[in-house]
Amino acid sequence: MSAGVVAKTLRGFSSALANTLVQEQAAHARGLLQAIDPRVKVLGLFGMVVTAALSHKLEVLAALLLLGVALAVASQLSLWRMAKRVWFVAFAFTAMIAAPALFLTPGNPLVHLGFLTITVTGAHSALLLLTRVETAVTFSTLLVLTTPWMHLLKALRALLVPVEVIALLAMTHRYVVLLVETANAMFESRKSRMVGRLSREQQRHLMINTGGVLMSKTLALGNEVFYAMQARGFRGEVRLIAEFRLRAWDYAAMAAFVAMIALAIAAGR
Amino acid sequence: MYAASAPCWWQALRRTRRKLFGRTLPLLSLFAAFSFVIMMFNLPLPGGTTGHAVGVGIAAIVLGPWASILAVSLALTIQALFFGDGGITTLGANCFNMAIAGSFAAAAIYRLLSLGAEPGARRRVLAAALAGYGAINLSALLAAIEFGLQPMLFHDASGAPLYAPYPLRVAIPAMMAGHLTVAGVAEAVMSAGLFSYLRRNEPALLGISHAEPVPRFGRAPLWGVLALALLLTPLGILAGGSAWGEWSARDYASAAARAQMASSSGNVAAPATAPRGLARLSNVWTAPLPDYAPAFIKSAGFGYLLSAMFGVGAILSVVWIVQRWTGFRAGTCAEDEETLADDLASPAVTAHSLERKP
Repeated sequence: MSAGVVAKTLRGFSSALANTLVQEQAAHARGLLQAIDPRVKVLGLFGMVVTAALSHKLEVLAALLLLGVALAVASQLSLWRMAKRVWFVAFAFTAMIAAPALFLTPGNPLVHLGFLTITVTGAHSALLLLTRVETAVTFSTLLVLTTPWMHLLKALRALLVPVEVIALLAMTHRYVVLLVETANAMFESRKSRMVGRLSREQQRHLMINTGGVLMSKTLALGNEVFYAMQARGFRGEVRLIAEFRLRAWDYAAMAAFVAMIALAIAAGR
Repeated sequence: MYAASAPCWWQALRRTRRKLFGRTLPLLSLFAAFSFVIMMFNLPLPGGTTGHAVGVGIAAIVLGPWASILAVSLALTIQALFFGDGGITTLGANCFNMAIAGSFAAAAIYRLLSLGAEPGARRRVLAAALAGYGAINLSALLAAIEFGLQPMLFHDASGAPLYAPYPLRVAIPAMMAGHLTVAGVAEAVMSAGLFSYLRRNEPALLGISHAEPVPRFGRAPLWGVLALALLLTPLGILAGGSAWGEWSARDYASAAARAQMASSSGNVAAPATAPRGLARLSNVWTAPLPDYAPAFIKSAGFGYLLSAMFGVGAILSVVWIVQRWTGFRAGTCAEDEETLADDLASPAVTAHSLERKP
């Protein structure tokens, strides 16, 4: 427990940075979804997420989930990595919420487990919740993993997100990575100077002081970034370079998304 | 929940837009990035557990509620979109509960509890801790209500819930247990700790190094409290039976209702027939929305909410008519001041330098 929280926090930073690298690699692979215009992908996959959220039938949700898995394979994403990072996590989180519903939801009994009874309605509700969450998470992950971050942000304009918000998101993301590195360096330097065990209170002070210093550094960095922006000619207008151009392939993808969404909505009501 | 969050985001953007293209653009982004990173800190808590803070408490104190809404929403969006930690569909609800309601709650609690306190007073640290604690617990309560209302609003023909499966009486205790004991404490510890650090090292950021102006409250917080109270009205369904003393003449004829009256009245048995006065008066007036549920509404929770909206609307209409009629108008309060850019743009924060240049 001595360096427990420091080590745990450092592990969290490392995994966040590793994820960033993996994500960049996946976004530049030569797969199916990577070849589609980001705007079409944002609208199409966001539409699929909404369709999954609105669908009331288990069979339709299962079909959508299978479609998501097929798209992941066609986009050269590692299924094991998807399972580890997305499906298992979503399963564990949702199962925790859904499991008591098996017994608590009133309905006809399905299975008796000692003094507990799983009801048909409970099993149906839990399964519906689980499949819906897995499906929505799969489509949103497909969007994030197959689109370079800057392209994804620019494509958010297609969802009428204001240009200022896109600029804020772009800067936030950029400095998240820098601040994670800065915090990482601060904790590592402290850990390398640590001898013996810290009490819980000392650990708490260490975390809070590091947080405080990081906040000071953040605000100082904010000022430096502002001066840098001014030095490079920033006069208060945010401009995004629109380099996207729709090709025949993108129109085909758009038609395919529309068809799938319409079919799923018609079958899922 | 996106629809509920959108007006708040729009208003927050409108209020900060004036300053957005000065120093505030990078500072807001950087603060959002900081909020994201602080969520990754493992914090040892009293009692042997560890928790994560959201950072909404300190963000609301340093930035003010409107800029805090944007900063925390940005951090949650990056978390959902980029790191996949929260779904896209739940992002609207997460932002509403944590960024919007949390920021307002934290700013209000801090301002209220630190009112008139000396810059160095311990009360300010306590106010910061309670701001964080209150903000997280309000967020959790809102989330629990959103969960708990779902089985009432969304179920299929057989009654099976389509989304979250728990009613309010399960969702609220389940959600609040963890937040009252762990997550709220983590936020309180982080808010108080960072507040103390800033007060020692960057007092200009907290705006407490000079005489504090007496805060003036506009009407916006009142509207916010009213809206929240409206949203919370379905909680009334949690209480079983009638409120003590609010029995109707009909209840005296029902064995179950009479038993309930007796148990809630120190086992004093209720009379077999309704008191004559009550029986006579009960026919004088028939409520337009009996039992808070219009006949055409099947869901009790929605009926409650609708009745509350109807009642509030009726009261506001009467007040408005009286106001117009008498020509009375209260003095308008100034809009609550924005604390973000003036404090952040202080040269005091430019003194540091990082090893890495942007």
